[in-house]
Amino acid sequence: MTIKIKSFGELKELQEKIKAGRDPRKPGITLCVGTGCLAHGAMKVADAFREEIDKRGLSVKIDFRKTGCHGFCERGPMVIISPENIFYQHVKVEDVGDILEKTILKGEVIDGLLYANPQSGEKYVHEDEVPFYKLQTRTVFGMNSKVDPKNMEDYLAVDGYSALAKALAMNPEDIVREVVTANLRGRGGGGFPAGRKWEETSKAKGSPKYVICNADEGDPGAYMDRSLLEGNPHLVLEGMIIGAFAIGSSEGYIYVRNEYPLAVENINVAIKQAREAGLLGENILGSGFSFDLKVNRGGGAFVCGESSALFASLEGRAGEPRAKYVHATEKGLYDKPTNLNNVETWANVPFIIQNGGDWYAGIGTDHSKGTKIFSLVGKINNTGLVEVPMGTSMREIVFDIGGGILNNRKFKAIQTGGPSGGCIPEAYLDMPVDYDELTKVGSMMGSGGMIVMDEGTCMVDLARYFTNFLASESCGKCVPCREGLQRMREILVDITEGRGQEADIELLESLGASIKDGALCALGSSAPNPVLSTIRYFRDEYEAHIKEKRCPAGVCKALITYSVDPAKCTGCTLCAKVCPVGAATGEKKKVHAIDPDKCTRCGACKESCQFDAIIVR
Amino acid sequence: MVNLTIDNRKIQAEEGQTILDVARKNGITIPTLCHNDALEPSGSCRMCSVEIGEGARAKVVTSCLYPVAEGLVVNSGSERVKNVRRTVMQLLLARSPESEQLARMAEDLGIHPEPRFKPSEDGSKCILCRLCVRTCETVVGVSAIGFSFRGPEKNVCTPFHESSNICIGCGACASVCPTGHIEMHVSPSGDVRTIWGRDFKMAACSKCGLYFAPEDQLTYISGRTGVPMEELMVCSSCR
Repeated sequence: MTIKIKSFGELKELQEKIKAGRDPRKPGITLCVGTGCLAHGAMKVADAFREEIDKRGLSVKIDFRKTGCHGFCERGPMVIISPENIFYQHVKVEDVGDILEKTILKGEVIDGLLYANPQSGEKYVHEDEVPFYKLQTRTVFGMNSKVDPKNMEDYLAVDGYSALAKALAMNPEDIVREVVTANLRGRGGGGFPAGRKWEETSKAKGSPKYVICNADEGDPGAYMDRSLLEGNPHLVLEGMIIGAFAIGSSEGYIYVRNEYPLAVENINVAIKQAREAGLLGENILGSGFSFDLKVNRGGGAFVCGESSALFASLEGRAGEPRAKYVHATEKGLYDKPTNLNNVETWANVPFIIQNGGDWYAGIGTDHSKGTKIFSLVGKINNTGLVEVPMGTSMREIVFDIGGGILNNRKFKAIQTGGPSGGCIPEAYLDMPVDYDELTKVGSMMGSGGMIVMDEGTCMVDLARYFTNFLASESCGKCVPCREGLQRMREILVDITEGRGQEADIELLESLGASIKDGALCALGSSAPNPVLSTIRYFRDEYEAHIKEKRCPAGVCKALITYSVDPAKCTGCTLCAKVCPVGAATGEKKKVHAIDPDKCTRCGACKESCQFDAIIVR
Repeated sequence: MVNLTIDNRKIQAEEGQTILDVARKNGITIPTLCHNDALEPSGSCRMCSVEIGEGARAKVVTSCLYPVAEGLVVNSGSERVKNVRRTVMQLLLARSPESEQLARMAEDLGIHPEPRFKPSEDGSKCILCRLCVRTCETVVGVSAIGFSFRGPEKNVCTPFHESSNICIGCGACASVCPTGHIEMHVSPSGDVRTIWGRDFKMAACSKCGLYFAPEDQLTYISGRTGVPMEELMVCSSCR
């Protein structure tokens, strides 16, 4: 796009012109090429569609669109056929011809590509009937399936940048007031009210003022910011430009991890397009307001998602946090007033401006408003990104939307809020999920990661895993975090390897309390959460490891032995075949045995056994 | 001026000061490891933690960084504060068991090593207080040393652990180091000083003939101040 939009009127005209040129009845194929689907081979499917469409001379008759992530990553690559909204999942290159031939040309639905409920077997034709989507409220994320992230016309066709035009005609103070009324809280971790940050930055003395988008999403398993930036970069840009105008800022940064190459690429393309269209740069939409921003790629340190470490990194120094007794809104980047919000927070802004703060405050719970995108991963059937109103129950998210636990196993716990979040047990499944409720049970909202665990998860081993992650990602500046997490890790390794000592649990608790109080930044002060929450809810598992040298979940290798249940073994010989070290032996049709000295406890026999005859104790 | 309370004592202080400044001026002892009056506070050791506020709003902050404010209530020796200090000290004792200074400070504070923390065997006395790095950067103005790695692997070093060609051999880092970790050697005749793996040729005093400072340091000072080299070639005793 090279047309420069010089006024609000011209923006409206352009949007209408694009919409008028699009026939809603025209057949369309939308293919998700978000990172999850790409990993499932979506690019090959995309190439096959292009080739087949050209070969059949259909390129003028149908629209083919590649979009960012739709959220149902478990079922990728995914295709939506419009205008009927037919939903096909696990689409392979071989299916492309059929889809064109049968569905597009003849209007037939291909049964084999439909989603079937894993429990009931019921099949669904349309996307909005699939329980995974039906039970969500996809306000922010839903647009992802309507826009090609590299095509700004797609964004304008869904009234993109209308909120910006509306904002630029408002008083900056009124914009801030809308965000305050909305009570939008930060989606990146702390949950600080965005409106208050905007207010403080706009009132702060000093120039220039900066707005920053924190796209340094580093929680293992969380990828909602990535998917927004990859799939709908203009939405994030629009939010930032509105924020900059409200605050009185002319310069901004997007700090994005370099491990997100597609996000880096798409946001850069969007910035270029927005600049050319007069939506970024000098005199935006002829309003007299000027704002521009730069993309800065992060080097991959988890701690750089912490705002003060992020500033240090942007300034070219090592990513170490500093005390925040003076807020960044007064002294942030280069000691200037700085307003930093996370990707998802910025993406919420255009909706608040379009629909008003009161509308937004009508969604959610008393102190947590709007919708939140959760990244649902782990031992769950429907792995993916889920957007629901704040206050939705954990049970709804895990069982109704998430489709329950993988292989019909039993739910054990859910880790929310990333590696430094807490583990929540089954007893709290009906709790409404919002900032305050999660904090009450010893966890946190964080950026919205949800890792589901089944009965086969050892909670001590899990605490060891996350503590190990956090100990290695500690920046090393302050003693409690650097040294304390190391010692916690050592004790947890001891416990999982059978060297746990009598007073270890109490020591972990007191060490955890000191680290929480003493650490310099939020990484350190939240880092004991996985240990403290698993002790709180699964103390008996710690005790079994320490006192009885036993791992109840059968995970910790040093504490378990594999044996064969003679009552169940049929002598099928499969375990002997899969055992990599020759520990499982036996004659055909006779009960097999496992030599504990040879056994490496890899679990291959248990996984392969069809008769549940392998005992782990 | 602002009015605050530290350990139930009503105190008046100037705005902009930190809790630590004010406490020390009023004879209240708060232990520190990474603090030095010549340097901006860093807040990395956490020994100077104090509790502020009351009831559910009480929280632990570092007194070296927290600015005093009207009505502030500070408790410099609450249970939470003692726990943080004890933990910090025990963690450092396990990290640098060979440091006599740390052992003495622990004894003064009545803190014993935590037997469950296996003492480190690498012989390093560095507690990463950052005094050396901050001195080199802000007092000397050279930045010859910094940190490499993060978390448990973090260490103070010259870039890539190679001998630094911007280091002036002034030894300020060694003299500010509270645990004696940074070693500086002088040749028997005094003509060479070795620090951070590099040998520095020492300049002899033009009056008494004694070696007194690395030539690189004098060249650096001359360049920074404009004082001619000849004038700098006199040791402090002869000046």
